[in-house]
Amino acid sequence: MSVLVFAEVENGTLKKSSQEAIFYGAKVAEMMGTSATVIVAGQSDNSALAEAGKYGANKVLHAVDAKLNEPNGMAYATVVAAATQQEGASVIVLAKSSLADAMTARLAGKLKAGLAANVIELPDLSNGFRVKSSIYTGKAFAYNDLKADTKILAIKKNTIIVEETDATATVESFTPALNDADFAVTVKSVEKATSDILLPEADLVVSAGRGLKGPENWGIVEDLAKALGAATACSKPVSDLDWRPHHEHVGQTGIKVSPNLYIAAGISGAIQHLAGVNSSKVIVVINKDPDAPFFKSADYGIVGDVFEVLPRLTKAAQAL
Amino acid sequence: MKILVCVTSVPDTTTKITFTDNNTKLSKAGVTFITGPYDDYALARAVELKEKLGASVTVLNVGGAEAEPVIRKCLAIGADDAIRVNAEPRDAYFVAEQIAAIAKENNYDLILMGRESIDYNGGQVHGIVGEMLGIPSISPVMLLDIDGDTAGPRTAKITREIEGGKEELEAKLPLVLGCQEPIAEWKIPNMRGIMTARTKPLKVVEATSTDVLTDVSGYELPPARGAVKMIKAEEAETLIHLLRTEAKII
Ligand SMILES: Cc1cc2nc3c(=O)[nH]c(=O)nc-3n(C[C@H](O)[C@H](O)[C@H](O)COP(=O)(O)OP(=O)(O)OC[C@H]3O[C@@H](n4cnc5c(N)ncnc54)[C@H](O)[C@@H]3O)c2cc1C
Ligand SMILES: Nc1ncnc2c1ncn2[C@@H]1O[C@H](COP(=O)(O)O)[C@@H](O)[C@H]1O
Repeated sequence: MSVLVFAEVENGTLKKSSQEAIFYGAKVAEMMGTSATVIVAGQSDNSALAEAGKYGANKVLHAVDAKLNEPNGMAYATVVAAATQQEGASVIVLAKSSLADAMTARLAGKLKAGLAANVIELPDLSNGFRVKSSIYTGKAFAYNDLKADTKILAIKKNTIIVEETDATATVESFTPALNDADFAVTVKSVEKATSDILLPEADLVVSAGRGLKGPENWGIVEDLAKALGAATACSKPVSDLDWRPHHEHVGQTGIKVSPNLYIAAGISGAIQHLAGVNSSKVIVVINKDPDAPFFKSADYGIVGDVFEVLPRLTKAAQAL
Repeated sequence: MKILVCVTSVPDTTTKITFTDNNTKLSKAGVTFITGPYDDYALARAVELKEKLGASVTVLNVGGAEAEPVIRKCLAIGADDAIRVNAEPRDAYFVAEQIAAIAKENNYDLILMGRESIDYNGGQVHGIVGEMLGIPSISPVMLLDIDGDTAGPRTAKITREIEGGKEELEAKLPLVLGCQEPIAEWKIPNMRGIMTARTKPLKVVEATSTDVLTDVSGYELPPARGAVKMIKAEEAETLIHLLRTEAKII
């Protein structure tokens, strides 16, 4: 009956989204009168794992095997399925990420589990197991009734506000049987921006569109992002034109973000763009056209030239 | 080579979503249905691979008769034939079971889907199908090349997007892939395609299983945002101040 949370460790600590997933899982466990166990696969320090206690987990299962050192959605799904069985877990929680996305469906297939993706609230257990999720790319919400014995919840960023305690979790090693078929895909190379704040994890995002006129002008966007400690993003035409890499493109056909702050500079606010960003807590729009549709979806707006406004904001942010 | 492309029929991306029947049904009045944008990428790449390497392309939809215009459009773009599983797509598991059942009968080398449907945005169906068939599933796929060597199982070279970057992968067929840009350019049917699509086979079959593990009991629209607070460009600095003191987010 317990709750199992899949967590990811990066640069020696639990990823922020994983902290949120653990806290969420612990809350669900509390509602169900049971406890939350965390599962981590691949190499990691015990100290990073014990931190799971801070977010409410009692125990961490650590699956170590040389074959698990590189993230592999299919193999990790096998590991989590084995842990689910060992723990008798009925609820599995994951924070959405490119790794978790590759796992949830395989897990649902293995365990014949009910599944809700893009979960944005704690479940309602008063009548079965009901959970709210974001659908139509953020244009609406659905209430999902999960009817299978095993339930998988993939939670969106900013679903719950994490509170920490001083508790630590006990760490146990876990050695599940691995499945050769899970290693049929060979990773030839990985290209990853390491120094920057990654967009899907970012609390603050500075995004820019075609109003910036060309890639050579992105310095003013990056300067503001740097001053705020924000990630950078862009509209679809900007990545189509190769002004910015594809992984920065947000919207209907790009990344969906839900940061605390989304600043849109020189973006008109097409419905397909809004779809990917409208669950941001606060939206700021900077556009020289007072009739730009984006102002209708903004909390703060500045009518003005991005080439003047962005540097002013940067200066003010640096002075904080 | 046999390619299966799974497509959804979804509200146009410009649709203002609303619900009827006490928020239990999507309001379809005035809504234009289109091929899922990601499914369109999958189809476009399938047609390119067919032209390059020789392949048959079958389009599959799990849905009611109202999806047929979208299916016909896929045929006009270059698919050879189509299958519609005549059932309401209730949840990802149910849809995956229908797709897997058809795939088992037909041994496709490549099953291409969109990275996610734009109605439910689950991004789940490809992974569940992969699991049911015991073959790898990879998503989101940005680039896909298949080697021309037909001696053994063909190898796929794949670029997958990850947070803040991408990875290059290699795997033998058969595979299930969830596709996104820039895998191919969306294709628009030409007149000849539209004419020939009318006579291409579209087979309608019934669902083979009934498992529904997740039911949607109702919908809700997001609350409207409050009024926008305008700040003068000459006083742009005020914004930073407000974000700290009023919104309390920086
Ligand atoms: C199926 C489909 C899916 C799509 N998916 C996405 C998606 O995922 N993400 C996405 O972004 N788009 C998507 N689009 C495209 C979308 O419809 C818009 O075309 C796009 O968002 C416009 O990008 P933009 O705002 O950067 O450019 P524009 O619409 O060209 O807007 C530029 C804005 O900059 C302003 N501007 C110009 N100069 C200045 C200046 N000096 N100072 C201040 N402001 C200035 C202009 O007033 C204008 O409002 C999709 C479209 C379709 C059909
Ligand atoms: N009803 C359906 N019929 C055919 N294919 C589907 C259906 N639903 C989803 N798919 C495929 O699965 C992909 C992922 O869908 P989803 O898991 O719903 O986000 C879609 O892009 C389609 O390629």
